[in-house]
Amino acid sequence: MESYSLTHLQELESEAIYVLREVASQFENPALLFSGGKDSIIVAHMARKAFWPGKMPFPLVHVDTGHNFPETIAFRDKYVKDIGANLIVGSVQQSIDERKSIEETGYNASRNALQTVTLLDTIEEYKFDCAMGGARRDEEKARAKERFFSHRDDFGQWDPKNQRPELWNIFNGLKNMGEHFRVFPISNWTEMDVWQYILQEKIDIPSIYLAHERDVFVRDGVIMSACDFIEQRDSEPTFKQTVRFRTIGDATCTGAVESDADSIGKIIEEVAAARTTERGTRSDDKRSEAAMEDRKKQGYF
Amino acid sequence: METNSYLDMELLRFSTAGSVDDGKSTLIGRLLYDSKSIFQDQYEAIEESSRRKGDETVNLALLTDGLRAEREQGITIDVAYRYFATPKRKFIIADTPGHIQYTRNMVTGSSTSNLSIILVDARHGVVEQTCRHTFLSSLLGIPHVVFCINKMDLVDYSEEVFEEIKSDLEAFSSKLNVKDIHFLPMSALNGDNVVNKSKNMDWYQGSTLMYLLENIHIGSDYNHIDCRFPVQYVVRPKSEKYPDYRGYAGRIAGGVFKPGDEVAVLPSGFTSKINSIETMDGSLAEAFAPMSVTITLEDDIDVSRGDMIVRENNQPTVSQDIDVMICWLNDKKMILRGKYAIKHTSNDVRCIIKEVKYKMNINTLHRIEDDKEIAMNDIARISIRTTKPLLYDKYTRNRATGSLILIDEATNETVGAGMLI
Repeated sequence: MESYSLTHLQELESEAIYVLREVASQFENPALLFSGGKDSIIVAHMARKAFWPGKMPFPLVHVDTGHNFPETIAFRDKYVKDIGANLIVGSVQQSIDERKSIEETGYNASRNALQTVTLLDTIEEYKFDCAMGGARRDEEKARAKERFFSHRDDFGQWDPKNQRPELWNIFNGLKNMGEHFRVFPISNWTEMDVWQYILQEKIDIPSIYLAHERDVFVRDGVIMSACDFIEQRDSEPTFKQTVRFRTIGDATCTGAVESDADSIGKIIEEVAAARTTERGTRSDDKRSEAAMEDRKKQGYF
Repeated sequence: METNSYLDMELLRFSTAGSVDDGKSTLIGRLLYDSKSIFQDQYEAIEESSRRKGDETVNLALLTDGLRAEREQGITIDVAYRYFATPKRKFIIADTPGHIQYTRNMVTGSSTSNLSIILVDARHGVVEQTCRHTFLSSLLGIPHVVFCINKMDLVDYSEEVFEEIKSDLEAFSSKLNVKDIHFLPMSALNGDNVVNKSKNMDWYQGSTLMYLLENIHIGSDYNHIDCRFPVQYVVRPKSEKYPDYRGYAGRIAGGVFKPGDEVAVLPSGFTSKINSIETMDGSLAEAFAPMSVTITLEDDIDVSRGDMIVRENNQPTVSQDIDVMICWLNDKKMILRGKYAIKHTSNDVRCIIKEVKYKMNINTLHRIEDDKEIAMNDIARISIRTTKPLLYDKYTRNRATGSLILIDEATNETVGAGMLI
């Protein structure tokens, strides 16, 4: 008898495509959150597959902090044009200008926390009833129990005490007026799966994921990109180094790692090796009960 | 780990069933540790913590120890998913902890599992909870069940003890429908037969747990006989390049589909042939569960979400009067003669609860016929009537077409998990 089996990447892809199609069927006005980071890129990639040869029946939504790496925005605009998608940009700057958000000030000022206001405003303005994102359960502990279909009340809040049980592949997206859902098609993927999928599918990613020479400075032991949004102290001189970024977020709070991984294959080797060495060399690792507790809060096993 | 070998890995979903003190956390910690899925610094931290508490060996249970904190924070303890990989397979663990709402959690976490690990404390043998876990694994149609007789170090690694528990388990399991059962003696604490073969139990010739997890045959866990394709979404690009394209998108729930196959579309019963099976990466010569594909038909017939494409000579049951084993998941009790919404494959219907036939005592497997009140965590056989016919198979035949959920129409909450009989 023939053997009918899939590789784990095929099975994960099939599951994600199923979820994307379920969203398009169960919701009237869904949207896909798109940051230009690797996770949202692979979700968008699979959304193209799910509805091919049709176009994906929902827009991409970027919550723009205004503090981006220029490479990410260049990538975003080219990507959207290439696949012919509809892009909606929710601007944190605009939320600040309209005095809905208050800009943080000082040494470590960041717009990371302000994104939530802009996101909820964008959801309300466009009357989205479902926002899909690229969050994964392996990222942190709170997410380890997140559902694929996660219900939000009319204030956009998540109630972890009152989650709907999720059985088999049957997703319950029923809701009352004003409520919406967050849906996570790649819940079951790990960081390694994502990189392997990018390699297998030859997916384009922003260049800053790969090693490149950059003007950087060091703050609190973290390598930061020198840019207009961050005021450097005199004790934080700029220098050139070969680095890459493991995640892409707001430029004010995303650190780089020293790396010469200039291909996806090398990144995969780096991720595999990081299992044993990466955290062990970190300056903020203090071997105390408290540090253990803190790290658990951040999502350790 | 080599890049290419990683691309060939399979995916195995398993659940761990256990109560508080049977060593479940230790076992998961041991699997993560011995498969090198744990960061060095994490290990050193728990090593330090164990040493300070005066433990002689490193307490691996601390790795999965998030639950205590959760209890303090008042978050509902339910299924947590954990991930690890070896060069052969990627694993998804549905970790369903504890005794509180145990049935609800296990049913939820195990609904997609290929394999269930049931821990038995060698000192206590088969207890009520063991029976309960075994029954639920069987009810949920989990294809493989592995009994780990744990804490063998506390019974002097005695072959006699192991054999006795094994024969008790065999006797109990013979009353149930489990396809593939394994027994292995283990000490999760010391790592005997978890990843590495035990040096303390020469008398055991079988494989370790990790060997089983990596090698157990899961290719037949899906039904590859009865062709079932629930239509999930109709792709109609209406573009210049594809002006008249109609593709039926969905995830194959059973069988093997090929272009040229003669098919029927239910419930209409219209017949046609498969023109092509398509993906963005190209057309396929065949497709099987659980692949997500798009099927085009040779004839222009009306097909929409909720319909099912099947082979003409192998059709599912079509009925409005249905018997279901139901597991109740909600604080609010089930209402006899009450009306609920149903989701079944890609179909939405409504139903009325006609009758409770019996409730199960899941510890003894006895039928309870004099108490028919169905509350949270109860399992019962009920009869329902649906507003339109369901296209279904028995759950034991196909988990995808044989399962449904009940939804409270007032709150939209998922209140029941149903397995069709």
